[in-house]
Amino acid sequence: MDWSDSPDQAAFRKEVREFIKSELPERYRAGNDGGEGFEGGWQGDRKSDDPTRRDTAIQWADALSKRGWIAPAWPKEYGGAGLTTIEQFIYNQEMAEAAAPMPGGMGVSMLGPTLIVHGTEEQKAEHLPKILSGEVAWAQGYSEPGAGSDLASLQTRAVRDGDEYVVNGQKIWTSGGHNADWLFALVRTDPEAPKHRGISFLTMDIKSPGLSLRPLINMGWKHHFNETFFEDVRVPVKNRIGEENRGWYVGMTLLDFERSGIAGAISYKRSIEQMKQFLATDEGKRFRREDWETVRLELADRAIETQVLFNFAFRIVSIQNRGMVPNYEASVNKMFGSEMHQRLARTETKAWGLYGNVWDPKSEHAPMHAEHVQDYVGSVPHTIFSGSSEIQRNVIATRGLGLPRG
Amino acid sequence: MDLGLSEQQELLKNAAREFLENECPETHVREMEEDEQGYSPVLWQKMAEQGWQGLLIPEEHGGAGFDFLDMCVLLEEFGRALVPGPFMSTVLGGAVPIMEAGSDAQKAEFLPKIASGDLIFSLALTEPSARFDEAGIEAKAEVSGDEVTFTGTKLFVPDANVADYLIVAGKSGKGTTLGIVATDQPGVKVTQLQTIARDKQAEVVLDGAKGQLLGAEGDGWKLLQPVIEKYTTAECAYLVGLSQMDFEIAVDYAKERVQFGRPIGSFQAIQHKCADMVTDVDGSRFIMYKAAWAIASGQPAADTTLAVNMAKAWCSEATRRVVAHGQQIHGGIGFTKDYKIQLYFRRQKRAEIAFGDSDFHREAVAQQLGL
Repeated sequence: MDWSDSPDQAAFRKEVREFIKSELPERYRAGNDGGEGFEGGWQGDRKSDDPTRRDTAIQWADALSKRGWIAPAWPKEYGGAGLTTIEQFIYNQEMAEAAAPMPGGMGVSMLGPTLIVHGTEEQKAEHLPKILSGEVAWAQGYSEPGAGSDLASLQTRAVRDGDEYVVNGQKIWTSGGHNADWLFALVRTDPEAPKHRGISFLTMDIKSPGLSLRPLINMGWKHHFNETFFEDVRVPVKNRIGEENRGWYVGMTLLDFERSGIAGAISYKRSIEQMKQFLATDEGKRFRREDWETVRLELADRAIETQVLFNFAFRIVSIQNRGMVPNYEASVNKMFGSEMHQRLARTETKAWGLYGNVWDPKSEHAPMHAEHVQDYVGSVPHTIFSGSSEIQRNVIATRGLGLPRG
Repeated sequence: MDLGLSEQQELLKNAAREFLENECPETHVREMEEDEQGYSPVLWQKMAEQGWQGLLIPEEHGGAGFDFLDMCVLLEEFGRALVPGPFMSTVLGGAVPIMEAGSDAQKAEFLPKIASGDLIFSLALTEPSARFDEAGIEAKAEVSGDEVTFTGTKLFVPDANVADYLIVAGKSGKGTTLGIVATDQPGVKVTQLQTIARDKQAEVVLDGAKGQLLGAEGDGWKLLQPVIEKYTTAECAYLVGLSQMDFEIAVDYAKERVQFGRPIGSFQAIQHKCADMVTDVDGSRFIMYKAAWAIASGQPAADTTLAVNMAKAWCSEATRRVVAHGQQIHGGIGFTKDYKIQLYFRRQKRAEIAFGDSDFHREAVAQQLGL
């Protein structure tokens, strides 16, 4: 057991750290966001009307792409860096430490790996370079109003008509769809087959006639999600990835990606650290409630839980680095991390008493730009998306512990 | 960066598990609950033959010279098997203080006999105030040359009923002072307590008890720090093994117990408890090993102390959640004396409060973080 780097790992870490130090644009450096965060992240900048934001996004992406670090996990032959899982882990760790925005989004994390495994040479040649250059941003169309945790019950229908599919139906929770150029979606091609075996994986231009997006404003007033509607949208058959009716399995593909979720642990640790520093200032003391002893100890608990989460992440990468595939362990990380995120936001908000009301980041009455109360609301979906806590516990119990399915 | 066991640790773990399954079955654990001495001298000797009492002791003093991380791998197995007896008190409360603070002569005198299983030790630290800080030490220590005489009452001293020697902490004019005190003298009176875990803890009244001075007079509290950090981490390792086994028993039971025509483990209400149990057990394991690794690899003192505090703060509560779920999943049968799950529940409490519970260590974490 060793919590420290081997010499090789330390050398790679140094390389990533020095790269960030010299290449990360000023705008993306910690504290330069004026407490407002980067609306829409790197993708938002890339598609922004503001030329400065656009240039910053391009500058950062160019620097990364010279090393193959836009998609560090992709094989080299496809323009990635072919990093080992432990190198990916270190890369992700250092980027998260610097709070550097990651270009590429869903294209890098989901569509690219799927194409690399299941795509034709033509499909790879068409899409992979544009993902790497940031030219094309992708959105995911999986969930539907009637297909959430039970995703395989999805009903959006694709009917074959010659060389095209005609798609009708609705998707929901389309993250960043309004900044995206293309959509990948799971659609039902055989309604008679058992539910997992009648699904196909399609890609489509988001500007396709009949495809429309409607903003779905979240409870934090943010436009992140969209609803996506399909009315006789015609999608060429050549846009299908993998075989017809095998789309469920295509969609579940994962490359040998580092899946530790280390970025969460790092951001919670940073949040506690920043809170601590603020509490030590006169301004911090002014906002802090008088009777804060309970909160003080809760904050210590959150720091301890952060350590537990770090270890869960280290465990995943250790398993992967030993050439094995994590089983229930990834579900433990997702569940524990998202639940502790909410506990953290609750604890931090509590420290400010009535000032925990203030939502406006620019208000003189907002401690730390109201980031805690915003996180208190913003962390709500974390125990829901990507497999709710309940689903994760089911997975842990059945796949991990071998308990009988209900 | 790697959170797996080394090959040597795997061997140690597997050998220990096999040995303890044969030599320390549930029947033995139950017998020792009723036994006056609380341990089997035959098993004690067999463990010495395995090299366990001497695992941490350097080879020059008859030990195996393994590191503290290896010891925690072994102690996890002790927790799993609920091994009764004075192993932790002898190793963590006897061998470790002598290794940390003893003179060459003391090391030569005691360590080989601990390794061979000929001597039982314990640490007489806490008093009726039940505090874990230096202010809790009020027993009087009078030093004369290499000899120290103690007067006062020590309470919750593990295995004092069978210990040959106690490492005693007392106060002299110069501060906390340690001594190695033989128990077979008129000035040492041991009264056994009946405890929740049916382990053997005692009140030890010292009335002019004489012993060898251990370390310099007044240096006692400083010398005890690494001892307390190791003992605390060792209790975490024991809790990890204990809660792992409790969890495994509960999951097996949930697969077998049928109600409403199906195994109760098919109900999500039970499944989610099991998922929470494995999360708490795994969380405990790695935070414990982080502390053990910090100790074994000589990380900076502040980092090590924080790691130990975090480990005990987490393990104390997480393992309590595990054994509570273990009871609930078993329903009525779990509340009977005959069924095994209760053995784990009662012993968890002992280790939860040994060397400070979560409240104690959480406060320590808050202070170290500057909160």
